Amino acid sequence: MGLDFSILAGYEGVLVQGAIWTVGLTVASIVLSLVIGTLMAVFRLSGMRIVRWPVSFVIWLFMGTPLLLQLYLIYFGLVQIGLDLNAFTAGVIALSLHFAVYDADIIRAGIVAVDKGQYEAARSLGLSHAQAMRKSIVPQALYNVAPALGNMMIALLKESSLVSVIGVMELTLSAQRAISDTFRPFEFYLAAAVIYYVLNLVLEQAVKAVERRSAKYR
Amino acid sequence: MSNDPIIRIKDLHKSFGPVEVLKGIDMDVAPGQIVALIGPSGSGKSTLLRTINQLEDVTSGEIFFDGALVNRDLPHRQREKHLNRLRQDIGMVFQHFNLFPHLTAIENVTMAPVLLGRQTKTQALAEARALLEKVGLSDRADYYPSRLSGGQKQRVAIARALAMNPKAMLFDEVTSALDPELVGEVNKVMKQLAQEHMTMIIVTHELRFASDVADHVVFMADGVVVEEGPPDALFRAPQHERTKAFLQQVFEG
Repeated sequence: MGLDFSILAGYEGVLVQGAIWTVGLTVASIVLSLVIGTLMAVFRLSGMRIVRWPVSFVIWLFMGTPLLLQLYLIYFGLVQIGLDLNAFTAGVIALSLHFAVYDADIIRAGIVAVDKGQYEAARSLGLSHAQAMRKSIVPQALYNVAPALGNMMIALLKESSLVSVIGVMELTLSAQRAISDTFRPFEFYLAAAVIYYVLNLVLEQAVKAVERRSAKYR
Repeated sequence: MSNDPIIRIKDLHKSFGPVEVLKGIDMDVAPGQIVALIGPSGSGKSTLLRTINQLEDVTSGEIFFDGALVNRDLPHRQREKHLNRLRQDIGMVFQHFNLFPHLTAIENVTMAPVLLGRQTKTQALAEARALLEKVGLSDRADYYPSRLSGGQKQRVAIARALAMNPKAMLFDEVTSALDPELVGEVNKVMKQLAQEHMTMIIVTHELRFASDVADHVVFMADGVVVEEGPPDALFRAPQHERTKAFLQQVFEG
């Protein structure tokens, strides 16, 4: 028997619903991972050991372990200590932290690359350290590393399929459900692949738009 | 107005590791005075300037600004607060402009006064337009720094510092990175400030400009003040061999 894509016809709703959950997971995790990653980068560069060390520990922990395990730990593990998260929330937390630690490293490199005269100029006007970082250094750092962060976002979108293991009905799990109904894995996995690809194209365009914005001032 | 100095520096020492770059500097600057700091590279003049707003901390000695001890010995947090307050009153202009490249000219000027609650956004915009006009750049308000020439960048940087309405301005070799034909437009703005009796300390290699605009010239070498006085006296009749040698080198070079 060959491929028969007409089988998809009854399941558009399932796939679209799955895509919507995937977009939700991805957008929430991208935003959170950028915020957390930026804070981690700033704290890691901070002179204060009291914030630098815990952040370095978290980075080390999340870089050294697999995302799949992190998902299990956050969803199934935390229940044991009384923290009962729903699957979507657990998925967002795991994805955000997992990618935040990589973002943090990238952003840290971006911050270090900003000319130190920028910091001095901001401080000479009377801005505090935090204000100088927020208004001058971090925006420039983020523009500098936008392409690298864009790659992380695309990876995040794809890795979000792992969240299917804790039962979030995102795109991959939706395809699996349709397959267990129809026993047509090839068609549905291909359809899911096409949807992931299209979503990534959209994300890529968004990253390019940010890069164009920063090109204005170069 | 009293005649108390607005800036007073007493027995200032500064070392970078084992190298002592300031070896006991004393200096008074009266309100409205324009002081030019000259001397060979490595003499410590830029470092001295940067200690006044504590971009550079000091090893020992005292700096007073407007009656307050700048380098007070305080716990980190209080020291930061104290300096943030003081720095709002001390404008600084840098050799390499250090404009914020992700902000337009006018945003560079309005950022600090708005962020620090000095002015509302509307007030700051009006003030910034007036300042850009003053430095001759009203037509460049919405340009990003990358689209400006060096001289234009430096004039925006001066406007940015003036937007905080400082009591004194520090200029750190502000024309050294400029193409020769762009130096004049920046010097003109500084002369105008001098006429308005802004207190200014100007670190410069341009002795002609120093003698034009300053009413007090300080010659530094090897971390000490070798000689100081009114420009006429210092340039025409230097007393010390070191000063004579330096002036000869510069004017013949």
